[in-house]
Amino acid sequence: MIGATLVGSSLAPAESAAQDTNARDSASGGLEMRFTVNGEARRLTLDPRASLLDTLREGLALTGAKKGCDHGQCGACTVHLDDRRIASCLTLAVQANGRAVTTIEGIVPEDGSLHPMQQAFIDHDALQCGYCTPGQIMAAIACVREGHIGSADEIREYMSGNLCRCGAYAGILAAIQDAAPKMQAG
Amino acid sequence: MRPFAYARAETEAAAIRAVSAGGPGTRFLAGGTTLYDLMKVGAEAPERLVDINALPGLASFDTGGRRELVFGAGARMSDVAADPRLVAEYPVLSDALWKAASQQLRNMASLGGNLLQRTRCAYFRGGEPFTCNKRAPGSGCAARDGIDRGHAVLGGSEACIATYPGDWAVALVALDAVVDVAGPNGARTIPMEALHREPGATPEVETSLARDEMILRIRVPATQLGRASTYHKIRDRESYAFALASAAVALRMEGEVVREARVALGGLATRPWRARDAERGLVGQRLTAEAARAAGDAALRGAQPGHHNSFRIELGARTVADALMIARQRA
Repeated sequence: MIGATLVGSSLAPAESAAQDTNARDSASGGLEMRFTVNGEARRLTLDPRASLLDTLREGLALTGAKKGCDHGQCGACTVHLDDRRIASCLTLAVQANGRAVTTIEGIVPEDGSLHPMQQAFIDHDALQCGYCTPGQIMAAIACVREGHIGSADEIREYMSGNLCRCGAYAGILAAIQDAAPKMQAG
Repeated sequence: MRPFAYARAETEAAAIRAVSAGGPGTRFLAGGTTLYDLMKVGAEAPERLVDINALPGLASFDTGGRRELVFGAGARMSDVAADPRLVAEYPVLSDALWKAASQQLRNMASLGGNLLQRTRCAYFRGGEPFTCNKRAPGSGCAARDGIDRGHAVLGGSEACIATYPGDWAVALVALDAVVDVAGPNGARTIPMEALHREPGATPEVETSLARDEMILRIRVPATQLGRASTYHKIRDRESYAFALASAAVALRMEGEVVREARVALGGLATRPWRARDAERGLVGQRLTAEAARAAGDAALRGAQPGHHNSFRIELGARTVADALMIARQRA
């Protein structure tokens, strides 16, 4: 991790989060920001250098998103920012100010069951070691929502930002094809 | 990473003022996919970032104009790549966008920032103990006697052979696009082809933009050439990789005969590379496989191989030839 320490991170839910959307210097020298993570308002004071990934993992203890390369090349850090998939390692946390982040921890239905994409990954053995899986699932959900599921080739193309060193690609493709109609039905 | 101050600008004028007044260490921040990445490896070390993502109107684009297509510099690559009119009428532009990076990065990266993405040269990214004239002017170029498999065969100099890595700029150069920029002394328009510079003796100067000038928008003249066009990109893997060789081509055909042609190369040169000799040779010709191959050879004429990259001269010629045949199918 390069210089991405959180300064005095405050985990207290902010009552009026997302109203003041202009990150600004705080007295401590850090930046105050507010954003919504998995539906919950958060207020943080952080070093401008902090990536969104480090902020989620180390500031908010949301360790689902993984750090693989830290350079936007592997996709393990994929989360949704305002419902679009992004690489959280190449996003400055302050760029999420006033916006909504969804991580793998935030996709589970309220009844505690699994998201259809999570279930499909299990059903199709779409993983071995599992390290890339949270990023794969977040990318896969976005891939379905974007409509990039017209053919196996299209799915492969639009999932190419997520590497799997175990080589579970065949299972990942099958899982997405299985989950897509269930997501659309749900 | 060196500490930096961060501020979000609310207006274009305020952003330009802040970057201008902030001095050499102050930079615009758009998507950040290149800048933040290079800050992590120490190739960039700004003291202050001025975030331009909240500027009103910067992200809008309009592909329906009768005279020109207009792309706000803040528009995201994924949004523009998916524009139905672009897909149907200007496939070279759409292809160049969706064949770049991954959907995650295309959701983040802006069109203006994409033009300014810096080279993937491993010696530039790696820094010491390797020398790099971009990172430390005058220190030398480790690539010249190093692993130069991905380095430029066109437009290089003694000081630098780093490849310009982008795709979108190559397609824009082929279609005679211009960029509107604004700085503390006002606005001006730069032809796309004049935005990027060859390295010469000053490879650290990569563009004709002043540090405190901001790209506002990109404009592409509306043209019939758009329809019979493609961006053909050859990589080590089929997706999510930089080009070993690429070609943006656009054609106006009359039956079998080429009436007008545009050819630009990516992945092979130190800047987006317009191949006018290849274009001239095609006009008035029937577009046979032989004519396409001859155009490919013309496009690569004068290419200078290094130690490990000579195969990309042949690859480049074939890429141009294949691109022409793909574009012809769309005429």
